[in-house]
Formats: sequence, structure tokens, C-alpha cells
Amino acid sequence: MTRKLERFLECLESTDLYNEPTRLCDSLREIYGIEHATYLATNLNGHPYYATTYDPRWSARYQEENYVNIDPVVLSTLRYFQPMEWRQLDWSSKRSRAFFHEAIEFGVGNQGFTIPVRGPNGQHALFAINHRSNDHDWNGYIHENVHDFMLISHYVHQHVLKLVNTEADPTYAELSPREQDVLKYLGIGFSRSQTAEKLQISEHTLRVYIDSARYKLGALNTTHAVALAVARGVISV
Amino acid sequence: MIRYKYANQLDAFPRLKATMFLDRAEQFKRRHGWEVTLDENGYEVDQYDGLNPLYAIWELEDGSHGGSIRVLPTVGRTMVNDHFTHLTDGLKIISPTIWECTRYCISPHLESSRHREVAAALLLAGCELGVRFGLTYSIGIVYTHTLAIYKRIGWIPEVIGWAGNGNEEIAAALWPITAAAKSNICRKSRMNAKDVEMWFDRSFPTFTQPQAIAA
Repeated sequence: MTRKLERFLECLESTDLYNEPTRLCDSLREIYGIEHATYLATNLNGHPYYATTYDPRWSARYQEENYVNIDPVVLSTLRYFQPMEWRQLDWSSKRSRAFFHEAIEFGVGNQGFTIPVRGPNGQHALFAINHRSNDHDWNGYIHENVHDFMLISHYVHQHVLKLVNTEADPTYAELSPREQDVLKYLGIGFSRSQTAEKLQISEHTLRVYIDSARYKLGALNTTHAVALAVARGVISV
Repeated sequence: MIRYKYANQLDAFPRLKATMFLDRAEQFKRRHGWEVTLDENGYEVDQYDGLNPLYAIWELEDGSHGGSIRVLPTVGRTMVNDHFTHLTDGLKIISPTIWECTRYCISPHLESSRHREVAAALLLAGCELGVRFGLTYSIGIVYTHTLAIYKRIGWIPEVIGWAGNGNEEIAAALWPITAAAKSNICRKSRMNAKDVEMWFDRSFPTFTQPQAIAA
């Protein structure tokens, strides 16, 4: 895990997303050196939820004009699951171009990158970063950080889901015996290689088990996953 | 050449689309005898094709299908998690950076001298996609006896579970996605990394930014 990602996870854990929704995006902006970050869930328990660093006047304007219905950044995430450069989106219509110009006037940068987020119950959200940059520098930046942003998008989403108390699909909360074993050995202080050896699996496989368990528990890191699993009685250490 | 296409984009390539689903029927229904269903066109189409998956397809010179794979993220519904958890100790593998790859198909009409090239190009296309999208692993189900093929191509998966016997033995496998994996496939299969990078860029083109158009 990169140092930047670790710092972000620490922020995520200590941020009250309900009362200060923009704080997390502010931290992200600072840690990753980008101008803007946004999380948007189009429908959480019947309401949209967003956290963004954009000018509040732009957010107000966006809602007022119902731009969510024409914004290519949002529309593309309804259909496709891959991370996307804003330059790859369909800006061909006059309306979407006018929308983009207006965004720029409100201080939105020319480069953007969006990650569609899917939840197990068909929830739909997106995470986007935005910056002012030339193509060359931006491509290099994305290549270097895409993996972090893939993880961040889902971490933020899970955090928000917990916040609004959306019922999680119980099958996703259940850990398999293998995942339980992994957390148990790590919890009693075995190293990764000792744990892998004990379970007679490779460290690659171990990593997949840890990632998967963390995702299901909504844990920020391995230590957090062990703590959550113990607290919920999934494992006893 | 490889084209990356989502299901909803296939209608713009009618020949490619038709031959892909017909070839899949030939491979999975007739050759492997799987219990897959064919639609009124004789296409082998399942519920996962309805989730707007992403395909990497080898297109032949005449616009028809030479081979393909199908890709879905594991945070949504996947075949491995819906049907093959008996291979993984009941483990559902769900991670934003692990995507599933299924329906690895080589056209029965492809000249046998080209099988190796197309098989390798499809794996390289899957690896390239993972590298570009920041993924860590690809997961899939394979016949154990085909594992040697992956080794020959240069991308050796990690097997995490087995089921079945003899020629019918299957395995759940993980392919680590790294720059090293990509260069290894290129070296072992004598492919040029520049080609797959170009196929990828052509499939996901970038445009001049809107404000530059107006300027």
C-alpha cells in the first residue's frame, strides 16, 4: 500500500462524513495534489448524496439545472464499469459542451478521471478527481495513481453506505472459513508469510483473501479487519 | 487486431457480434458439452452477457471473430461467485481491483496455425486492460489440463482451488496483473507491447477537450 493511500485511509477513519462531507475530499486533494475530488451517489435511500470540493455555487447551479441528467461524467458511469478519462467521454452534443464551459467558468479543471462504483444491491455511485493540466502530465499522473483511486472510490462508497445505514447484503458480510482463518492467524500476530505457510497457500492467494475479507467487512486495512471480525464475533483471537 | 467492446457497443459490429456468439455456441455447447443455452439466432448468450460486460475480441481481416474473452468486475455479479464457490472454500472473491475473465473462446474456424497467436493476444489484451485500469488480479475458472497453455503463453496463474476429475477437472485461478506479467507474455509469445497498447488506445480513444474546440 502506498504511503499516500495509508494517509488517506487514516483521514477516512477520522472524518465525520455526515457533518463535514467536504472534509474528506479536502484531505484527498491535499494528499494527492489535485484540485478537486467528488463522490456522488445518485440514489441512496431515495436521495442523492455528494461530497465535493467544487465551488458551492457550482454545486448549487448543477442541482438547480438538473445537470445530472446531461452530465457525460455521470451518464457514462451508468453504462460502463471501467475507470474513465473525461477526454474519453462523449462531449459531442452542444448541450454537454456548453455545460463543460460553464463548469470551467466555475473553476472546474480541464482534466478529469471518473471511477464508477457498483454496490452489491445495485447501488450506483461515482468518484471523480479533477485537475488543470496538459494531457501528457495528466496521463502520467493517472497511470501512477489509478490503483489507489480504484480502492479509494470503493472505500469512500462503503463508508457512505454505513453512514446512511443502507442494509448490506448479508451474503457479502459473511466470511468464508478461509478468510476467517487468515484474519485469525494475522490477529494472533503471525506474519503474512507465516500465515501463508500455516494455511498452505501462496502469499498471492493470501493477499486475495485479505483484500476480499477487508472489502466484505468494510475495513480500512488488515488490522481494522481483524478488529472488526473480532468485534462482530466472526473470529475469536 | 483486438477490439475492446462493451456488449451495448456490439451492434455497430454486426459480423463480429454474430460470429462471436456463434463461435461460443460451437465451443462451449458442441465441443465442451456445457449446459449453456442458445437463443433463437443460435447465439450462446447467458445472463452475464446481459450485464453489459466488456469483451476483448480478436477481429479477423474479414471482420469476423477469431477469439474473445469476457470481463466483469467482482464487486458486481460474477460467474465465479455465483457458481464456483465450491472451488474456493465458499469464498466469494470481491474486490474493486480483481476482475473476472470468462468465456475464453478461440474460433473453431480459425486456421490452426494462428491459434497460438490469437490465444496469446487475448491474454495480453486482458493483462493490458488490468494494467491500465489499476487492477491487481484477474480471476477465472479453467480446465486443469489447459494450465500448460498459460505457462507457454507466459502468464502463469495461481490456482486457489480444484474440483472434478481427470479431463473434467477444473480450477479457480488468479492471474497477477503487473508490468512484469505483460512483458513476460510479450517475450514468451513474441508479441509487441506496442501493438496491444495501440489496440487499447483505439478502443478507448481520447478526444480534444471541449474548451479547446471552442477556442
